[in-house]
Amino acid sequence: MRNGWILEPSTTIIPLTSRLSAFALCACLLALVLLATAPGHAEAADDVLRKVAVADPYLEMHTGPGRGYPIFHVVDRGDFVEIVMQRTDWYLVRAASGAEGWVDQAQMEFTLRPDGSEVDFARAALDDFTNAKWEAGILAGDFGGANIISLYGGYSLNPHVSVEVWGSQILGNSSNGWMGSVNVVHETWPDWRFSPFFTLGAGVVHTSPKSTIIQGDDRTDQIGHVGLGLRIYAARRFLLRIEYKSYVVFTSRDENEEIEEWKAGFAFFF
Amino acid sequence: MESRFRVLFLITLVIMLSGCAATKNLFGIGDDEAPPPTSEAPGQIIDPEVQRREIKEPAIDREDFEVGAFVGIMNIEDFGSDSVYGIRFAYHVTEGFFVEATLGQSEASLTSFEVLSGGARLFDDRTLTYYNLNLGYNVLPGEVFVGEERAYNTTFYLIAGLGSTNFADDDRFTVNFGAGFRFLMTDSVAFHVDFRDHLFDIDILGREKTTHNLEGTIGVTVFF
Repeated sequence: MRNGWILEPSTTIIPLTSRLSAFALCACLLALVLLATAPGHAEAADDVLRKVAVADPYLEMHTGPGRGYPIFHVVDRGDFVEIVMQRTDWYLVRAASGAEGWVDQAQMEFTLRPDGSEVDFARAALDDFTNAKWEAGILAGDFGGANIISLYGGYSLNPHVSVEVWGSQILGNSSNGWMGSVNVVHETWPDWRFSPFFTLGAGVVHTSPKSTIIQGDDRTDQIGHVGLGLRIYAARRFLLRIEYKSYVVFTSRDENEEIEEWKAGFAFFF
Repeated sequence: MESRFRVLFLITLVIMLSGCAATKNLFGIGDDEAPPPTSEAPGQIIDPEVQRREIKEPAIDREDFEVGAFVGIMNIEDFGSDSVYGIRFAYHVTEGFFVEATLGQSEASLTSFEVLSGGARLFDDRTLTYYNLNLGYNVLPGEVFVGEERAYNTTFYLIAGLGSTNFADDDRFTVNFGAGFRFLMTDSVAFHVDFRDHLFDIDILGREKTTHNLEGTIGVTVFF
């Protein structure tokens, strides 16, 4: 059995009504993703589709966007195809005959623009892991004996330094809570596949005792933290992240509370 | 314990800052290095005047996101079965992996104890809401055939994740896992059949226990 991380005894009962907060968290995530993708879709509203010519001996069309789907149509060299849409690394293309099928990225690389120049279907790689401006992720772990689930979004000022905003829900045995913080991250070797980082930040933590605990009070305290971690490039836009943070909670009592946190999770850059 | 970590941090900080010092132009401020002076190529006599036609290529429509709603039945352990509804949002990272955020709501019926005792309720707010953040994998992509003429793409996926359930006046850390079937009616519209188990601890009936809360839903999603 885990121990709760609230230490301060008190004598009031506070009913919990934080159901809406779960909705708020997800709504924030949704808004963040929508904001990040909105401009791309505004451009794509154009009815004109991008046209490319097949430069390989042939272009294979699959029935679905995946390796296992069978090839049902082949477009010959020199013929033009229109790109209808893209999903992950697959492109839905329309041939002059009207046939529509999915072509993988590797084959699309061997197509030419109408003016004869090569098409660059940029694919995220280790280089983007180092230089991407935006990053967002989900981590979960242990916060002083309680469970913690965190969402974060980050912006890189340069490959070495980035600023992050975090929102976390803390779920303990004797108390629950929310935490928001802003931190600065420094990566000494951002071009490494296993890139260590150091972080420093501040924020607020709100805690409320569980309804079955008679003692306790709702509290909001300021926090400061330092941390260490590792960003690991996995594939495409995907990275894994593990980190340790040491928090100091500036309580109104004589002594400040110190909490250790371990977390692991995944993130994307774009 | 704490002092040991403090020493560890200081050592790491010193190492990292020494790394900082080695890094040029740390915050993007300061002078960039001037490029070496270029000398004019002596052989260039004729300056070719080629007029290139500016072609503005239309952007490719990326459809990696999926948003939709679902309805179904959820069995809350000890509290009977009731309808559940919610929304889901997914991002397809590769053809195999996707991440998903789900938000759902259900209602708790009366426990046998509450029915037999005739009116004594364990708690008043009977609404259960949950959110979870999941990682899914399309294990069995394939096709189904409807008649002789039509074929539809489908995927059987496995999914698991973490989240929180608000039930009986508390937020409860929740692990969920399950499987689903995605049926693509067109390339952008999908029909889902999903089955999940939500596990969380509850102590409302005396002692703390881990409960299995099974949920079966159907839903529709749109890719964008």
